[in-house]
Amino acid sequence: MHGMRVNMQLTSRAAHYIIGAVIVFLQMLCICQSYAATPSLEEIIRKTEHTAYYLGKDGSAHVKMIITDSQGRERKRRFTILRLDEQANGQDYAGPAGDQKYYLYISYPSDLKNTVLLVWKHPASDDDRWLYLPALDLAKRIVASDKRTSFLGSDFLYEDISGRDVTADTHQLIETTNDYYVLKSVPREPDTVEFSEYTMWIHRQTFLPVKVEYLDKQGKKYRVYEALAVETIQGYPTVTRSRMQDLALRQESIMEFTRIKYDREIPEDIFTERYLRNPPRELLR
Amino acid sequence: MISATPSGILLLIIIMYPLSASRAGEAPPLPAGLGSGQSTSTRENNVSAGAEFDVNGFWEARAGIRTRNDPRQRQTSLRESRLQLGIERTGGAVNLKLTGDLLYDDVTDSHDIDLETGEGFIDLREAWLFYRPADRADLKAGRQVLTWGTGDLLFINDLFPKDFKSFFIGRDEEYLKAPSDAIKLSLFSDAMGLDLVYTPRFDANRYIDGSRLSFFNPATGTITGREAIVKARVPDDWLDDDEVAARLHTNWHGYELAVYGYTGFWKSPRGADPLSGQAIFPQLDVVGLSGRGTLGPGIGNAELGYYYSRDDSSGSDPAIVNSEIRFLVGYEQEIAREMTLGLQYYLERMQDYSHYRNSLPAGDPARDHNRHVVTVRFTWLALQQNLRFSVFNFYSPSDADGYLRAGVSYRLDDNWTLSSGLNQFYGDEQHTFFGQLEDNSNIYAAVRYGFGSL
Repeated sequence: MHGMRVNMQLTSRAAHYIIGAVIVFLQMLCICQSYAATPSLEEIIRKTEHTAYYLGKDGSAHVKMIITDSQGRERKRRFTILRLDEQANGQDYAGPAGDQKYYLYISYPSDLKNTVLLVWKHPASDDDRWLYLPALDLAKRIVASDKRTSFLGSDFLYEDISGRDVTADTHQLIETTNDYYVLKSVPREPDTVEFSEYTMWIHRQTFLPVKVEYLDKQGKKYRVYEALAVETIQGYPTVTRSRMQDLALRQESIMEFTRIKYDREIPEDIFTERYLRNPPRELLR
Repeated sequence: MISATPSGILLLIIIMYPLSASRAGEAPPLPAGLGSGQSTSTRENNVSAGAEFDVNGFWEARAGIRTRNDPRQRQTSLRESRLQLGIERTGGAVNLKLTGDLLYDDVTDSHDIDLETGEGFIDLREAWLFYRPADRADLKAGRQVLTWGTGDLLFINDLFPKDFKSFFIGRDEEYLKAPSDAIKLSLFSDAMGLDLVYTPRFDANRYIDGSRLSFFNPATGTITGREAIVKARVPDDWLDDDEVAARLHTNWHGYELAVYGYTGFWKSPRGADPLSGQAIFPQLDVVGLSGRGTLGPGIGNAELGYYYSRDDSSGSDPAIVNSEIRFLVGYEQEIAREMTLGLQYYLERMQDYSHYRNSLPAGDPARDHNRHVVTVRFTWLALQQNLRFSVFNFYSPSDADGYLRAGVSYRLDDNWTLSSGLNQFYGDEQHTFFGQLEDNSNIYAAVRYGFGSL
């Protein structure tokens, strides 16, 4: 009798568990379906590119960058960035990435204050870049053939800031975890870059790249990007703090984004020589 | 419990480190804001309204010596301390900027303040108001530095004042540009922009007069220095001795095209009063055009200008410089990571050359019909762009002379910068453009502390 009660209890508990498991399983199914039943590789890549570089039709942010060298010495940069997408990178994420314009106003350190970098980004060809040096009132054209040069002396490269052409690499989905799609990418023209491959962990819900690990030509990990904090701003999941580590030089750069705004209706003429020489103060606030 | 003690944690890290480091491909934890916990922003997102004032600047000490003996000058080419303060008001209907240098210059003989020449204890660099009178118009009035054109350290359609003294003795490159006291009105349409610069009283170059740099004086036929400083007669009547410069520019798919016009005076004394022999600034009109844009893997540019020497339109006055055609073509490209190479060809072609030769006084050295100059710039950035190495060489095959500018600078941190460089002039003859400056060759070093709010 006593034993039977125990058995009964066990049975009812087991039933509970089974029902619970079924519910969880059904929920998981539902989630999987809402995940669009494992998107294609192409879709993952396009959506990732979109969330990383093309959110909204324009955007702006204040950026603080801290570069810490192997001896712990810090250098700081402060700039404001304005971005405009030339043509909406359509919701279907199909076709090549669109042209963009970037306006970057530097306010720190003092010797770079009021310096402006203007970039017309062409994913498929060389960018157009201008640098405005205020002390000379000089609107200089700068060469932009190598997009893998350091951005403002940090561990981030130009390409990290404005996005690497996704067609420059071949991509492979190597794993799907609870949180991530894990992509391995190999450059089509290895001679033009310093890495041999990189692995990217893409958050499955938001398609934000959370971590990227680069291997050098010897196959050794030497460069790591990480998204450290994310906020949803005007409905867009946005990285607000990120880090690039250079393992070989044992130094790192951290970027912190504040005053992030999307869809500000930034006029296209902001990205011309007029505003290179006279910064659009209202938009830079 | 090893985890409770710092040494224990360290031990754990040491044990675990090789494992985690060798295992490339470890999934990262979800960053704050993704997954369960929604992060709320506690960071500064406040935007201040209204106008803002901002102060920044630098202090620097700079010293240099001549590498050749020039009996007409001090051996010390540069010994000065400079404090630059800039105050900027932004965000209002009218923005303003005031930038001034407090300068202690040990080499100059004159400490009297002259805001035109920049001599004395104060060099006022900027003092302007900026205002947008209409959606498509910008107005900047007051003392301002102005630059346009496509050349690299070569100027054709940019007739704003230059400070060649500062440039050649080893001051920072920003001092190559002297300020203008002018009004700049810029008008814009969707297709193009028009800049109009009115300078109510002529702003001359801070030209080589013998005080800091010795040069070939055609009036005496010798190299002249501090013993006989040239006092040119500068046109200085307000509104009469004025300058107008204009530029119409457009950007067609990244290709920048511009047309220029200028009416005013030669910016350095390129003539002499036939009676007194005093150096003068003859009248000058210039029209020109330029283009710049992507060319292959680099950037190409070309610029043309016709210099019309109004006071000697036939070219037969030996005391006044002839009209000229000036032309340049340039190309710059990245040759390796953080390494760029720039090349330029520059031509000055004298008009009415036969008139010039016929009127040239006997015994005076003659200029060539064409002055060809080739420039090479090599720039290399290293150590996370904190070390900058730059070489710029002007070479003229027609004058058989040249000028080598080399410099290295290192940013110690966000405030301190060390720099050093050399200015080497060379040439076969003492009357050519760079050859006359040969004895002014110098080396210099500087330390700078920059400050401003983060």
